[in-house]
Amino acid sequence: MTVAPPTPVDERVAAPRLLDRLVVRPEIGALLGAIVVFVFFSLVTDQFLSPGGVSTWLDDASTLGIMAVGVSLLMIGGEFDLSAGVMTASTALVTAILATEAGWNVWVALGASLVFALLVGGFNGWLVMRTGLPSFIVTLGTFLALQGLNLGVTRLLTGTVQVSGVRAADGYESAGMLFASTIEIGGTEFQVSILWWILVAAVAALVLVRTPFGNWIFAVGGSAVSARAVGVPLVRTKILLFMTTAFAGWIVGSINILRFDSVQANQGIGQELQFIIAAVVGGCLLTGGFGSAIGAAIGALIFGMARQGIVFAGWDNDWFMLFLGVMLLAAVLVNNTFRRRAERVRR
Amino acid sequence: MTPLIEVTGIGKSYGSVHALRDVSTVVNAGEVTCVLGDNGAGKSTLIKILAGVHQHDSGELRVGGEPVRFSSPRDALEAGIATVYQDLAVVPLMSVWRNFFLGSEPTIGFGPVKLLDRRKGKRVTKQALAELGIDLRDVEQPVGTLSGGERQCVAIARAVHFGAKVLILDEPTAALGVKQAGIVLRHVAQARDRGLGVVLITHNPHHAYPVGDRFLLLKRGAPLGTYEKSEIDLGELTSQMAGGAELAALEHELRSVET
Repeated sequence: MTVAPPTPVDERVAAPRLLDRLVVRPEIGALLGAIVVFVFFSLVTDQFLSPGGVSTWLDDASTLGIMAVGVSLLMIGGEFDLSAGVMTASTALVTAILATEAGWNVWVALGASLVFALLVGGFNGWLVMRTGLPSFIVTLGTFLALQGLNLGVTRLLTGTVQVSGVRAADGYESAGMLFASTIEIGGTEFQVSILWWILVAAVAALVLVRTPFGNWIFAVGGSAVSARAVGVPLVRTKILLFMTTAFAGWIVGSINILRFDSVQANQGIGQELQFIIAAVVGGCLLTGGFGSAIGAAIGALIFGMARQGIVFAGWDNDWFMLFLGVMLLAAVLVNNTFRRRAERVRR
Repeated sequence: MTPLIEVTGIGKSYGSVHALRDVSTVVNAGEVTCVLGDNGAGKSTLIKILAGVHQHDSGELRVGGEPVRFSSPRDALEAGIATVYQDLAVVPLMSVWRNFFLGSEPTIGFGPVKLLDRRKGKRVTKQALAELGIDLRDVEQPVGTLSGGERQCVAIARAVHFGAKVLILDEPTAALGVKQAGIVLRHVAQARDRGLGVVLITHNPHHAYPVGDRFLLLKRGAPLGTYEKSEIDLGELTSQMAGGAELAALEHELRSVET
């Protein structure tokens, strides 16, 4: 380190205020929201802070959080994936059908559903990049197609709209340990999915801010043309992001099927919007190029706390939707303000 | 000394439209070649050929004495020709240093895991900008908070840092105020003094004349003339560009309206 001469004060810029520095953190809004929701339900209900209560809302937030983190990476990269919700059911169904109907070992079935998920994700990305169509439309197509496939194939093979009996398949014990066991802390059972959630968020955050690939994610979402002009592999980056979302769907699908032993063919529908909402609450811009994986994980935490807090308080579930709407609008307004600050040109 | 780029009788057609005909010029190390012309004169077509975006149909393009035909911008970049476009130089929401290293990020490796070397990134960015005389308070601020001129400077500094031998600047001063344009031109001169060959595209002779060593005037896709700085003065350059006689006629016309 050399000692720099005292920098002359630039009369155009005031010293950065603490508020200004905080505002550039995308997850700060979500963090404040999470604290407010936490304090509110801790005061309003007795159950919320009890070990059992904490375990319940963490569990609720965990699977949503895994998906929200994957979706947030994709959104920062400037794309949407509407097929993410139904993907959690598709992967679970593939695993379940192969393990029960075909009698495969659970591990092999999990591997097959992983390949399936990555293929669908890769197809989404390839089609979006190849056609230049908005990912909103392309993945709406795969969403509907997967929904149809889930119901159609399940009914064809089992005669019903659900598949169950994975527990009886080979390899269930070890696979269940990994995806669906519980950990006892102080006499309370915590689902292992909570660990998955933390792990996925940590890895995603690391990739996003500490690796060249993370740099490319921001760049392709912020300005795809500029990114390509300086040599960022645009197509590869975006396809990998769609595959990442599908991979998150596979993790959640695997957790669900191994934990509940059965899967409904119409599961996951409508959740794709919840993932996007959690990511937006966590600070992701709808237009791409800005956001945070940790923020998306916190967004999911707000979801879980509010959804279960309302149950603990004995209120009607309708209030959750009101809460969700207000939350989303507030988040979008905050994010929009930020973008204007960041993109504003000083002349 | 072999010129960095030598263009001989180059031409390009889009279907039946001749966008560029029979243009010749050279770009030497440590010199600024200005390409001047009004809208539609063929300036963009010429730089797109040099930058590898388009291929020429006729004539010859030599880089370092070797005839070449670039098939992509990547090719041109590898030959040491970096292009700074007016708008698509940077990602506004990303910080200055992340923009600076975008596509060529410095990493610290732990086996297969390669992490961004953020400290090096910030230090080198600051240093490279300082070498071009650009003093940024904070390389962590989003590029979007910089002025148009500063953005151009970041893009120029990036091209210089990553070893460009030829720097092509597409209308770098077009959207800028007088003072900002002056700053950008100073960086153009600095890049030239570091031994780079610079191709400056502009339609403003007042911006071109102070930094230029050679002036290529284009009109309707054809060369109107090539001048060394010693052969032409600013007034002559301006009137040549505006079409001399036409400008005089226009001036006369406007005068008669006033009176």
